[in-house]
Amino acid sequence: MRALDLDYMLGLVPVILGYVPLTLFMAGAGMVLALILGALLAVERVAKVPVLDWFVVLFISFFRGTPLLVQLFLFYFGLPQILPSLTQIDGVTAAIMGLTLHFSAYMAESIRAAIVGVDRSQWEAAQSIGMTQGQMMWRIILPQAARVAAPTLVNYFIDMIKGTSLAFTLGVTEMMGAAQKEAAGSFLYFEAFLVVAIIYWVIVEILSQGQKRLETHLNKAFVR
Amino acid sequence: MIRVRGLTKHFGAAPVLDGIDLDIADGERVVIIGPSGTGKSTLLRCLNFLDVPQAGVITIGDVTVDAAKARKADILALRRCTGMVFQNYGLFANKTAKENIMEALTTVQKRPRAEAEQRALAVLAETGLADKADSYPSALSGGQQQRVGIGRAMALGAELLLFDEPTSALDPEWVGEVLDLMRAVAERRQTMLIVTHEMQFAREIADRVLFMEGGKIVESGPPSQIFGAPQDARLRKFLQRVEG
Repeated sequence: MRALDLDYMLGLVPVILGYVPLTLFMAGAGMVLALILGALLAVERVAKVPVLDWFVVLFISFFRGTPLLVQLFLFYFGLPQILPSLTQIDGVTAAIMGLTLHFSAYMAESIRAAIVGVDRSQWEAAQSIGMTQGQMMWRIILPQAARVAAPTLVNYFIDMIKGTSLAFTLGVTEMMGAAQKEAAGSFLYFEAFLVVAIIYWVIVEILSQGQKRLETHLNKAFVR
Repeated sequence: MIRVRGLTKHFGAAPVLDGIDLDIADGERVVIIGPSGTGKSTLLRCLNFLDVPQAGVITIGDVTVDAAKARKADILALRRCTGMVFQNYGLFANKTAKENIMEALTTVQKRPRAEAEQRALAVLAETGLADKADSYPSALSGGQQQRVGIGRAMALGAELLLFDEPTSALDPEWVGEVLDLMRAVAERRQTMLIVTHEMQFAREIADRVLFMEGGKIVESGPPSQIFGAPQDARLRKFLQRVEG
């Protein structure tokens, strides 16, 4: 066994850190889009719009039932062969698309469960004052469902941050891709990937602190 | 003016409302009494379509809805000229007392925020909860929550207020303050339809009392008749049971 080359690792940290913004951009954009799509899917699953419901069930089933990597390859390498207009799509966009669709399917199920869990009295009170379905959902039901779903959704966000590393397989030079290139020059694979692992770990830990604050904020209406 | 004709609701084969006819004049305070499970609450809930009746025509103010062909817009219109006070308060858990009252004014009635806030604060002052404006429901007692619930309904300026057993879920210590607030509402000649088990309160406040059993209005009259000289044998038996 050889000793770790700590100097090499320390030198690599700023290089890899330079790619953190790209990782956060992909995960952030994916999260926002997946939340919006997931909420829409969840509301549909609760309202059960005829015909549309069938497509939504199929969508959720497919994106939960197949690996993210397979989905990314399907979008990036597969779709342009069928829809030539998609040849322009770059790796980052494809990764964001894949993450969005994949995680929206998971989020839809969590949000749906949280919506169904909101007490019946809340729905009836909203209806009694003459709110439309949309007003009721947006102003009363979803904010209360968010509190219940938040811990799960943050977990998906953490998964999504780590999932961005798969963009490397689409030719995107993000943290993982950069480490791979560095290691190919130095042959210090262990050090390079350890740096990547630690940086992911730190990002997720920082995020977990944010999670506590978010939950305190969402719980403020419910503490005595 | 409220006018109900042939209001019918059944769950499966069991009729819950069996062709109810009912007229309520402006400013009239009507109390519904009767044994549990005889359709009292369902009658209230059918008037604003929280329960959907199978047949009947409902007129509240300018809005007339035929249950057999009610569209979404009709139902919204009906709900917008009624306010409801629930047994379990039904305050929006994610909103403060003030926001609970403002919500319908801003979101549904599209009033300016400042005006809605002013109105909410005025209503809270009337309900004796001015100091609780920024409290969430979870921080309020049952009695306080129900007073906010009544305030929320009062603020609407609705043609008709529906009270669905407003004191039934309360600890006995809070019943008095809620009934006091309802008396104050009644004094303004607000049209009210109240389902309650508080007989003394009904006697005091009602212009007219309806006795319901088996999905029908069996007897209707001023409190002096209903409590003093009940005609129907079922009503007499009911009063004996509840008044001991």
